Amino acid sequence: MSRIGVFTCHCGENIGATVDCAKVAECTRNVPGVVHSVDYKYMCSDPGQTMIKEAIKEHNLTGVVVAACSPRMHEPTFRNAVEEAGLNPYLCEMANLREHCSWVHEKVDATTDKAADLIRVMVEKVKHNTPLLPIRVPVTKRALVLGGGIAGIQAALDIANAGHKVVLVEKSPSIGGHMSQLSETFPTLDCSQCILTPRMVEAARHPNITLMTYAELEKLEGFIGNFKATIRKKARQLDEKLCTGCGMCITKCPQKKIPDEFNEGLGKRSAIYVPFPQAVPNKPVIDKDNCTFYKSGKCKVCEKMCPTGAIRFDQQDELVTLDVGAIVLATGFKVMRTDKFPEYGYGKYADVIDGLQFERLASASGPTLGAMKRPSDGKAPETIVFVACSGSRDRAKGVPYCSKICCMYTAKHAMLYKHKMHHGKAYVFYMDIRSGGKDYDEFVRRAIEEDDVKYIRGRVSRIYEEDGQLIVKGADTLLGGEPVEIKADMVVLATAVQAQDGSEELAQKLHVSYDPYHFFAESHPKLKPVETNTAGIYLAGACQAPRDIPETVAQASGAAAKVACLFSRDELTREPVVAVVNRLPAPTFSYCVGCFLCQSACPYQAIEAEEIRGRDGTLIKTLAKVNAGLCQGCGTCVSTCRTKAIDIQGFSNEQIFAELMTL
Amino acid sequence: MKIGYYPGCSLLGSSREFDESVRALAPALGLELVHVPDWNCCGASSAHVLDHRLALALPARILAQAEAAGLTEILAPCAACYNRLSTARDTLEKDPALAREIEAIIEQPVTGKVRIVNILEVLDRFSDVIPGKITKPFAHKVACYYGCLLVRPPKVLKFDRAEDPRSMDRLMAAAGAAPQEWNFKTECCGAAFSVTRTDLVAKMSGKIVDNAVKHGAEAIVVACPMCQSNLDMRRPEINAHLGADHTIPVLFITQALGLAMGIDANQLGLQRHMVPAVMTPAAV
Ligand SMILES: Cc1cc2nc3c(=O)[nH]c(=O)nc-3n(C[C@H](O)[C@H](O)[C@H](O)COP(=O)(O)OP(=O)(O)OC[C@H]3O[C@@H](n4cnc5c(N)ncnc54)[C@H](O)[C@@H]3O)c2cc1C
Ligand code: SF4
Ligand code: SF4
Repeated sequence: MSRIGVFTCHCGENIGATVDCAKVAECTRNVPGVVHSVDYKYMCSDPGQTMIKEAIKEHNLTGVVVAACSPRMHEPTFRNAVEEAGLNPYLCEMANLREHCSWVHEKVDATTDKAADLIRVMVEKVKHNTPLLPIRVPVTKRALVLGGGIAGIQAALDIANAGHKVVLVEKSPSIGGHMSQLSETFPTLDCSQCILTPRMVEAARHPNITLMTYAELEKLEGFIGNFKATIRKKARQLDEKLCTGCGMCITKCPQKKIPDEFNEGLGKRSAIYVPFPQAVPNKPVIDKDNCTFYKSGKCKVCEKMCPTGAIRFDQQDELVTLDVGAIVLATGFKVMRTDKFPEYGYGKYADVIDGLQFERLASASGPTLGAMKRPSDGKAPETIVFVACSGSRDRAKGVPYCSKICCMYTAKHAMLYKHKMHHGKAYVFYMDIRSGGKDYDEFVRRAIEEDDVKYIRGRVSRIYEEDGQLIVKGADTLLGGEPVEIKADMVVLATAVQAQDGSEELAQKLHVSYDPYHFFAESHPKLKPVETNTAGIYLAGACQAPRDIPETVAQASGAAAKVACLFSRDELTREPVVAVVNRLPAPTFSYCVGCFLCQSACPYQAIEAEEIRGRDGTLIKTLAKVNAGLCQGCGTCVSTCRTKAIDIQGFSNEQIFAELMTL
Repeated sequence: MKIGYYPGCSLLGSSREFDESVRALAPALGLELVHVPDWNCCGASSAHVLDHRLALALPARILAQAEAAGLTEILAPCAACYNRLSTARDTLEKDPALAREIEAIIEQPVTGKVRIVNILEVLDRFSDVIPGKITKPFAHKVACYYGCLLVRPPKVLKFDRAEDPRSMDRLMAAAGAAPQEWNFKTECCGAAFSVTRTDLVAKMSGKIVDNAVKHGAEAIVVACPMCQSNLDMRRPEINAHLGADHTIPVLFITQALGLAMGIDANQLGLQRHMVPAVMTPAAV
C-alpha cells in the first residue's frame, strides 16, 4: 500500500497569493494513498526540508510529492532531502503549482481546484514510481582541444600541467592563431610574437600534449567522459619525422607568387611553405591547389632539393580516432573583409585595408619589415584615416553587436603609425570609445593626448579615390554635425569580428548551440560562461564572442579548470532517465520481437543487439538492448516500438497513463 | 507581357522625353503598358514633408486605382514616384490600422496586392533579349548615375545594391557601352532644391558632372527625371560654378537603349534636351 506525503509550498506570495494553499493541503488529505498533507511558506528552506525528512520517518512514507515550483531548480534539492531521510530519491516528484498554475491564473476558486488536480496527478505517478539507481560511467582522462590560437594553447597547457593528456588539434599548418599575426599588443605595446612564441614552443614540447596541426575534427560520438573523436590529418605531402625544417624546398619552389594568408594577402609565398618563420611545427606543407606538380604532373623540384628525402607526393589524408573525456572548443574568429563595404571602395582600392592587414604592415616580420608603406605603390602614407565600427553595431551589415576589440586596436594602430611617422597625420572616426578594461582608457588617452591622434566623433559615409588620394567623407557630430572631408593616403577599416567560417557545421557535429551570429553559445550568460549545453564540452576565447587576449587567456584557464575538475573523478554519475527494454521470465524473455525499428529511430545510436542463448549455446532470441551510457532519454524509441517493449525509466507508459487517467 | 504604367506628373511635363522613350522602347521589347486609370499626383517632393496622411493617401489612391483595374504591377519610371509609391505600400502593409484610416480618406480599399517596379527592374527582365536587338551599339564610355531615390531606403525598395548599384551598368554594357568606374553613382543631385536654391543644385550636381567627365565618360546615363533635369537644364549654373565648360549629355537609360536598338532619336525625345545629346560616333 502506498503511503504518500504531500508538501504544498506557498513560495512566499508566488503561489500563496493566487492559490489557497491551506485548502489544497486539506483536500489532498482525502486522495487515496495520501497519509500526510501539509502546507508551508517556503518548502525549499532548511525548516521546510527538515519537515519533509521528519515526516518520511514519522509516517513511514513510501513516496513524496512536493507541490511547489518548476523541477528545473529544486527537484535536486528535494530529492536530496528525501534521500537523506532514507528514501530512494526517484520516489520524490514535484507538482509545479507556480509556473503551471499560480503565475498564469487569477485568484479564483478554479485556480485552487487546478492546483489540487495537479497534485492528484503527481500522487498517482508516485504510486507507480520504482526506486532507480544513478548510472555510473567511467571517465577517459584525456582532453581534446580544438583550435590552436592563444585560447587553445593556454587551455592545453593548463590541462597538461594539471597532469592530464591533451590532444591539440589545429586546422592550419601552425598553431598560434591570430595572435601570431599581431605586431604589438594593447594596452602595453609589447611584441605579440615575443610573448606568444614561448607558449607555442612550450605546448609543442610538453610531454602531456600531442600536437596535431593541419588537422580537423571529422566526427564526434559519445558523451561526457567518453567521447570518440575522429580527426582528419590532412596530408602535408611530407614525412614529418624526416623533415628537419631546413627550408631548402621552399627556396627552390618555382611557384612564388601565391598570396600569403599569414600576411593577409600583402605578401607572397611559395607552393611549399611554412606560414611564418616562428611556426610550430616548423615543417612545410604543400598547397596542392597551387603546386606545379599537382597541376601539370611535372616539377618535383622540392623532392630533388630535400636533403633527407622527406617529400611524399603520394601521401593521403589520414583518419585517427581518439577516446577523450572532455573537449575545449577554441576555434577563434575571423574579421569581416573590406569587400563588404561598397561605400568604402569595395576592396577595389588597394589602400583601403582592414585591421589585420595593418598589423602585418606594422609588424617587423611583415611584408614591409615594419616600415609604413601603403600597398598600392609603397609610398609612406602622410595622412592616414582609421574607421572604427566598420560593420560593427550596424544592422545593415548584419552585425548589431559591438566587436569590442576594435576601439582598442584602432588606438594602438594610430599610435604605432605615429611612432613610425612622427610628422604624419592620423585621424580616427568613431561612434563611442569603448575602452573598459584595466589600463585601457589610459591607453586611448595616450593616443589622443601624447601622440596627437585626431579623434573625430562621427561616421564615414563614403570613401572614393581622386587624383591618387582617398577622399574620406564623414561628419563631425560633436561640433554641430559639420561635414568633414579628409584627403588620405591610406584608410584602415576596423572591420567587425565575426564567427569563424564553418562554426555552424562544427557546432552541429559537436551538438553544441550557437547564437544568431554563429558564435558558440555558453550554457548560462553569467553563471556558466565556459560551459556549453552539452556536458563535457567547454568554450575558450573568441569562438564564443569577440574577445581580446587577456579575456581569452582567462577564459581558457577557466575551461581548463573545468576539465581538470571533471578529470579529478574516476567515474561520473548520470540520471537514470534512460530507455530500457522490458525483460520477462523464460520462455518469453521480453515483449521485444527483435525488429530493431528502435535502432533506426534512435538519434544517438544507443540501441544494441543482445542475444539470448540456451545452455547449449543455441540462439533463442535476439533482443534490443539500450546502452545506458549513450541513451539521452529522448523517448523516440518508445514511440516507435510496436510491441511496447521499451520504456523510459521514471516516465514509463504506465506512469504517464496513470497520471492522465486521474484527471 | 502586360504591365501597369504610372507616368506621374514629371513625365507629362518637364521630362516628356522619358515618357516618350519608355513608350517607344516598350513595343520593341514586347511590353504592353496599361495606364493606371484616372491616376493622380503621388505627392512627391512636398507632401511627405507637410502631412503624413496626405503623403500616404495620394499614393494609396494610385495603388487602389491600379488594384481596381486588376493590375498586379505598376511601372513607375520616375524615381521619386517609384520611391513614394513603394514607401506608401510598405507603410500601409506594416500598419493595418493606418491602412484602414487611409482607406477611409480615399474611400477605396487598398490591399497592397500591387507591386511597384522601376524602369531598371523592368529592363533587367529583358536582359536575355536585349543583346539580340542591338543594331547600333551605343559605343561610348558612360557614367551610370542612379541618384539617391532608386536605391534608398534599401529595406523598403530591396532593389540592387544600395551603396554600389550595378543594374544600369549591366544594361549599358549590353547596349555596347563601356560603363566607367566613377565615384558618385548614388550621390544626391539636389533635386529637392531644384527651384528654390539653384546655387546648391549647381554645387551638388556640379560635383557629379565633373566627376563623370574626370573618369572619362562621354555621356551620363540616368533613370530619374529630377537627376536628368538638374544635370541637363542647370548646366549653365553648373558650369559657372565649376568654371568649366562641360558639354557631356545626360540621357535616360531608355533613350540610350533606344538609340542602340535603332529607334529614331526624335521618337526618343532626344531633341528636347538642353545640352545637345548628339553622340558623335566614337571608338571604345
Ligand atoms: C586587428 C586586430 C588586432 C588585435 N590586437 C590585439 C591587441 O593588441 N591586444 C589584445 O589583447 N588582443 C588583440 N586582438 C584580439 C586577439 O587577436 C584575440 O583576442 C585572440 O586572437 C583570440 O584568440 P583565440 O585563440 O580565441 O582565436 P584565434 O586567434 O582566432 O585562434 C583560433 C585558432 O583556431 C584554429 N581553428 C579554427 N577553426 C578550427 C577548426 N575547425 N579546427 C581546428 N582549428 C581551428 C584557427 O586556425 C586558429 O589557429 C586583435 C585582433 C585583431 C583582429
Ligand atoms: S613540386 Fe610543388 S611544392 Fe614542390 S617545388 Fe614544385 S611547385 Fe613547389
Ligand atoms: S530514449 Fe532516445 S536516446 Fe534512448 S535509446 Fe531511445 S531513442 Fe535512443
